[in-house]
Amino acid sequence: MSVDAATVRRIAHLARIAVSEDEVPHLQGELNAMLAFVEQLSEVNVEGVEPMTSVTPMQMKKRQDVVNDGEIADDIVANAPATEGHFFLVPKVVE
Amino acid sequence: MTDLTSLTLAEARKGLADKTFTSLELTDAHLSAIEAARVLNAFVMETPDRARDMAKAVDEKIAKGDAGPLAGIPLGIKDLFATKGVRTTACSKILGNFVPTYESTITSQLWRDGAVMLGKLNNDEFAMGSANETSCFGPVANPWRRDGSNTTLVPGGSSGGSASAVAALLCMGATATDTGGSIRQPAAFTATVGIKPTYGRCSRWGIVAFASSLDQAGPIARSTRDAAMLLRSMAGHDPKDTTSVDIAVPDYEAAIGKSVKGLRIGIPKEYRLDGMPAEIEKLWSEGAAWLKAAGAELVEVSLPHTKYALPAYYIVAPAEASSNLARYDGVRYGLREQGKSITELYENTRARGFGAEVRRRVMIGTYVLSAGYYDAYYLRAQKVRTLIKKDFEDCFAKGVNAILTPATPSAAFGIGEKGGADPVEMYLNDIFTVTVNMAGLPGIAVPAGKDAQGLPLGLQLIGRPFDEETLFSLSEVIEQAAGRFTPARWW
Repeated sequence: MSVDAATVRRIAHLARIAVSEDEVPHLQGELNAMLAFVEQLSEVNVEGVEPMTSVTPMQMKKRQDVVNDGEIADDIVANAPATEGHFFLVPKVVE
Repeated sequence: MTDLTSLTLAEARKGLADKTFTSLELTDAHLSAIEAARVLNAFVMETPDRARDMAKAVDEKIAKGDAGPLAGIPLGIKDLFATKGVRTTACSKILGNFVPTYESTITSQLWRDGAVMLGKLNNDEFAMGSANETSCFGPVANPWRRDGSNTTLVPGGSSGGSASAVAALLCMGATATDTGGSIRQPAAFTATVGIKPTYGRCSRWGIVAFASSLDQAGPIARSTRDAAMLLRSMAGHDPKDTTSVDIAVPDYEAAIGKSVKGLRIGIPKEYRLDGMPAEIEKLWSEGAAWLKAAGAELVEVSLPHTKYALPAYYIVAPAEASSNLARYDGVRYGLREQGKSITELYENTRARGFGAEVRRRVMIGTYVLSAGYYDAYYLRAQKVRTLIKKDFEDCFAKGVNAILTPATPSAAFGIGEKGGADPVEMYLNDIFTVTVNMAGLPGIAVPAGKDAQGLPLGLQLIGRPFDEETLFSLSEVIEQAAGRFTPARWW
């Protein structure tokens, strides 16, 4: 499988990465090189094989349903590019 | 006092215990070495004041006889580990001037045991690379050069800063992480010892995530014993990481010098690649001969799905990365590029903040997870991963204790030499190491010799799950036979 220019633009949008028109051909080439490389997986017989979901077999650990953290709003917003009080600021989302 | 930097961690521990020198003296010697080696670009942030404060505090503890297993030992920390109050960037512009308000579990355990932080080490951006060339702080130089040449070589990646700093005697050991070979390949390129433990052995909490089902932290050090000492402090169960395993941490150092007599060592025929350089082939046979001479039994084994590990990795790893890196949105931390709408803000921030390799992998990951392609790519790759793991399980079920392979298909190469036209050329560096991440197994790289141009080469030992001890015993045999390798100082 390979991707065309329109697919490159669609993937970039899905990934929320701005891509300029002159970057598209280059990216298309790189993505197709990777897709060509992984193409060899199609020759593997995976009939009846379970997909790996956990590399180390283990019981899912469960935590006590208790509050054991919090009251650190200052820490949470400490690295934010724009804040007001304990809120993150973003451009207007809803008119 | 500069000769203090040439001690191994075990030797420094003795000197500190005997009061031959203090941690402050040891720390100062390393801080001077770091200052004199800035041309290597191994450190992206030096923390001399903090280092001296930590050293003084630990000297007081040593005086009171209350010293931890790593008391007074100066270490470098890969910039992927969150360090409270010290900038942590994953060497990406998108994290900007991020200063964590918390400490990673692994580093907190190192400080608990008395280690001293010298600073933060360079790495490939988000650990995506095999040459440390994708860092936003620029490439790292390998302290090794070809005989009679001034060409700067890469230290490998992604833990290039860690490997370079340890090899150049700038720190006594370093933390590193390994998603497809990022501890073992740089260790092999710099004649250092690097171990990627079993998945789940070390907590991932507070480490910048790349591919969560493959990422595992471990140490890079100058000897097998040093690596064993560091891993003991780094490993352990952490309730904050649900994939961290609740098994007691053994005293890995006790495995050093333990007899390997009767151990069955597998030599996988699929690792004998067409066109493999003769010197790699020779190194591999030499390593096997050393283990045999120490009483181990060599057996040929087959890992039939080996060739599919790298392509499957380049689906699984980017897929997980695209999901993990979705958090960098310019809202909660790090870089922000303005936009007219929130979507434009995200798109501009991520275009500006991520480097080319990271953008490429996030896009591939997005594609293989997108509607209509998930089954063909991601699901198939995860099935192939099951088969890769089964290859190893079959091999261990036949009584094989560990597997010996070359660590890398070549020695270190020049900056800018690989991957320019085709990213896959660079990816092939991890051909021998990536299988181990796919199967979640422990793997160690140990220096074993040099190539014709005088560059170090390493061997890899792959172990059964949670049997790092056997790897340390075997690695020690190779280290004793091959000797240690130190680069000639040119910086």
